[in-house]
Amino acid sequence: MHTLAAADPAPSVFAGGSNVIALIVLLLEFGMLRQAMRRDQIRLYAVQSAAISVLAIIVAAARNLPDLYALAFCSAAIKVVVVPVVVRRLLPRPGQQGAGDEIAGSGALSVASTVLVAIVVAAFGFFAIGTLPIRSPILPITALAIAFAVVLVAFVLMILRRDVVSQAIGFFSLENGVSLAALVVAATMPLIFEVVFLFDLLVAVVVFGLLIRVHHGRAESLSTSELTSLRG
Amino acid sequence: MIIVLVFLLVAPVIAALVALVAPARACNVVTAVAGAGSFAAVIVLIPTAAHHDVTLGSYLRVDALSVVFLLATGFLYAAVAVYLIGYLRVDRNSPAELRHARRLQAGLNIFAWSMLAAPMMSSLALLWVAIEVTTVVSALLVALEGTAGAAEAAWKYVLIASAGLGIALLGTIFAYYAGEQILGQSYDLTFVPLLHAAAHLPRTPVRLAFVLAVLGFGTKVGFFPVHTWLPDAHSEAPAPVSALLSGSLLAVSFYAILRYYQVAQAALGSGFPRAVLLTFGVASLLFAALSLLDQRDLKRLFAYSSVEHMGILAIGVSFGAPVALIGVLLHVLAHAAAKGNAFMGAGVMLRKFAVKHVSGVKGGLDLLPWSGPLLLVTVLALSAMPPFGIFRSEFMIVAGGFESSRDIFAAILVVLVTVAFLGIAATTNAMLLGPASDSTGPTTISRGEPSAWMVAPVLAGLVVLLVLGLHPPAHLTELLARGAAELRGPA
Repeated sequence: MHTLAAADPAPSVFAGGSNVIALIVLLLEFGMLRQAMRRDQIRLYAVQSAAISVLAIIVAAARNLPDLYALAFCSAAIKVVVVPVVVRRLLPRPGQQGAGDEIAGSGALSVASTVLVAIVVAAFGFFAIGTLPIRSPILPITALAIAFAVVLVAFVLMILRRDVVSQAIGFFSLENGVSLAALVVAATMPLIFEVVFLFDLLVAVVVFGLLIRVHHGRAESLSTSELTSLRG
Repeated sequence: MIIVLVFLLVAPVIAALVALVAPARACNVVTAVAGAGSFAAVIVLIPTAAHHDVTLGSYLRVDALSVVFLLATGFLYAAVAVYLIGYLRVDRNSPAELRHARRLQAGLNIFAWSMLAAPMMSSLALLWVAIEVTTVVSALLVALEGTAGAAEAAWKYVLIASAGLGIALLGTIFAYYAGEQILGQSYDLTFVPLLHAAAHLPRTPVRLAFVLAVLGFGTKVGFFPVHTWLPDAHSEAPAPVSALLSGSLLAVSFYAILRYYQVAQAALGSGFPRAVLLTFGVASLLFAALSLLDQRDLKRLFAYSSVEHMGILAIGVSFGAPVALIGVLLHVLAHAAAKGNAFMGAGVMLRKFAVKHVSGVKGGLDLLPWSGPLLLVTVLALSAMPPFGIFRSEFMIVAGGFESSRDIFAAILVVLVTVAFLGIAATTNAMLLGPASDSTGPTTISRGEPSAWMVAPVLAGLVVLLVLGLHPPAHLTELLARGAAELRGPA
């Protein structure tokens, strides 16, 4: 990988720091992938969103892009506060049918195999993007490669988990991966679009929530094991 | 012309608000007026758009290509608005049914609004937003029936389509990155400057943006292998929603791909984008044709037929010859009319027999004096029988294939379309032509239509198919030619 070659000069503090934050985002994605408790999974999502807002603030300061402060604020308000609160409120109350918080058994593979699959997929995303001739004046390209790894691991999460809340969280964290990629290659995009994207996410969260409600009302559980009647 | 654009963006929203509060009769009238008005408004746009673009502010822009897709949505919106009057007539007895009817009517208006808005967006970012809105609105409509099947289909749909749109958002970001290199920072992703600058765009990001857009928006178009939500959602949604999903939503998503295709073609030359579309097109067509051979459920049958037709569109674009591109745009219109008819006809059939699977239905031709024959004719039209529009459009696409020396793929297209026809014909024949008496013992279903309101839009659809097949109006021909020229780009 180009950026790891020994001949390259050492990265600046800014580049190194932003790579570390990007890596934290990826590690949190792995955390969600193997998390056994539903509420903890939602917390991890909130922390991941916070990490991205922090990165946005750092980029805003270092690259003199004041719009990004506003974006970081909106993003934190929606993804760190509103989305987790909405999703948590949608979960069944303790004592209700299917209210168990334990989702460890909802994976289609064992935890170890799931993580192995995710590592392979993440490595593919990381190295595939790392070799592309794309350079950004805002952030080192490593962050973009990590963003793709996050997106791919989010897919693994959605595919291998068999409960609706994990699948929804998988989609929301996929969006976090896209936000990270946007910070690298599209940080100068007009603020209005970024905000519209965020509100779009909010609408999607509400619709996901409504459908989770519908599903829970019918199946009295959050598992997708009932959702197998339509095929062919 | 600007007033027309404003009308298209305002009328459906007003109709939706009215549908939430007003008495049933007023809801019906307002929705039908908004639908018919929108269709009329798009028709008014045709002569202008056939010669020059219409813009409003910096974020609304309509050219010939957009008007073609607006036309498909406008017609189906009008047809479905009328159909809904009959569809909801029997459904307004209890308060629960009344609430359901209100939600369906309001939701359909908002759904139509989002699909009318998408082709008018001048910026690729707003186009993505509009298509995401179509997803969330239609997912709620799919869940509306409240059955276990509907809940399952809606969940699969919203999850898979949203994930697909996440990929498309990545594509949008790379399109921004590519444009930024030439057009400078804080550039708002408007389409026209991007297309003008395309020749100078860096190649790798454009390639990446195009593939991500095809895969992402392709999830909503129903390309194989990301089509898996489509048969479930189409079969479980209420019939009017299915008609809009299949005839209009898939086309609008395909429109987004075409915009990226235009940029990619101008930046990379035609080889790469055409190869990508050809791959997805042939895979979708092959998969759909084989799936159609073994379908028992009427609405799933039509859903797989939609995958088939989207495959044909992609193959048509990949041929690249002018005649093929005109055929593609004609196919969008003809498919909208035919598939709208098919789902509306299926809705009549399922309501009449109160079933969902073809196995329970026999003798449709005897028991439904209008809808039976109309559905039979629609199925023939859908299978590209002359003299209907789809025959004309597929003929042009195949001719374009030979013209651009893609003989093998043109031949594959003809073979697979024939296989698909066999599958559709076998299932619908049993349902329509079988004797009525041996359905469920002594037949208790009397002869007659559930409602004339459910027949009229199907008749209108058939007229449209005939007009498109026999003699498309001159203005429309001009519009299609200009749209095809835009797609082809400066030679």
